[in-house]
Amino acid sequence: MMMVVAFAGCGVAMILALVRAAKGPTPFDRLLAVNAIGTLVILGIALHGFIMGRPEFVDISILYAVINFIGTFAILKLFSTGGLGDRGGKARVTPETDEG
Amino acid sequence: MEMLLSWLSGISLLLGTAALIVGALGLVRLPNLFSRIHAVGMMDTAGVAFITLGMLIHEGFSLISVKLAVVGVFLFFTSPIATHAVAQVAHRSGFSPVTPVKEPRRAQKAAKKAAAKKSAKKAAAKKRAKKAASGAPVEKAATKKAVAKKAVAKKAMTDTAAGKKTVAKKAVTDTAAGKKTVGKKTAGKTRAS
Repeated sequence: MMMVVAFAGCGVAMILALVRAAKGPTPFDRLLAVNAIGTLVILGIALHGFIMGRPEFVDISILYAVINFIGTFAILKLFSTGGLGDRGGKARVTPETDEG
Repeated sequence: MEMLLSWLSGISLLLGTAALIVGALGLVRLPNLFSRIHAVGMMDTAGVAFITLGMLIHEGFSLISVKLAVVGVFLFFTSPIATHAVAQVAHRSGFSPVTPVKEPRRAQKAAKKAAAKKSAKKAAAKKRAKKAASGAPVEKAATKKAVAKKAVAKKAMTDTAAGKKTVAKKAVTDTAAGKKTVGKKTAGKTRAS
């Protein structure tokens, strides 16, 4: 019973975070809201598994936790350097431009 | 015992849900990026910890409860790291955790005037110092000679530069008739020299 309440609370919190993600004046607000939604999805998957009587869903929520963490850092790198490569967003230095 | 465990699990699930909803409300209603980070931090730690604890108590001891504990510990350690990184990048890209207090306009104008006066005084003092330093007439003559020399040198330089430029232009136009790559190469060389 309490599982269902917690699941519903997750849904409500997710909607509120979605409001912030849609409204957020800065990209960092949106990133924060998306990160919070990811955490709520992890909890929701685990709770859903318990409600439906298939608690093996916890495996999937472990996977989601890892992806959420990596994804947040990838987006942060994109914000701070302008790219995801090892040079960030800077153009690659070609030998032609090196000579000239 | 069973009754107690189910009550405990229910209470901790409720607490976690309350933390989640309060955190989400804070995320929507707080005025500043950094205060919103604060709200999300509460959601990520208290909410996740209490809900995982509730599910753990409900499940008892098994492989699934171990996995749940892994999820809880992972989130407990990684989400503060993620929020800290968000705050760091935001701070580095110019957002300040302190909202600037607006001064009244009259005070701003007065401050500007005072700054302008100060800079004018400084400039005047510098001029006076220069005048004092360049004192004797003999020295003045010497400096005049030096200035004349410099001017001559400058003229020569500009002359040669102009000559070079025209030469380079000629080369470019000449080679432009031929192959394009050749023209580029010569242009690069002249620029380098």
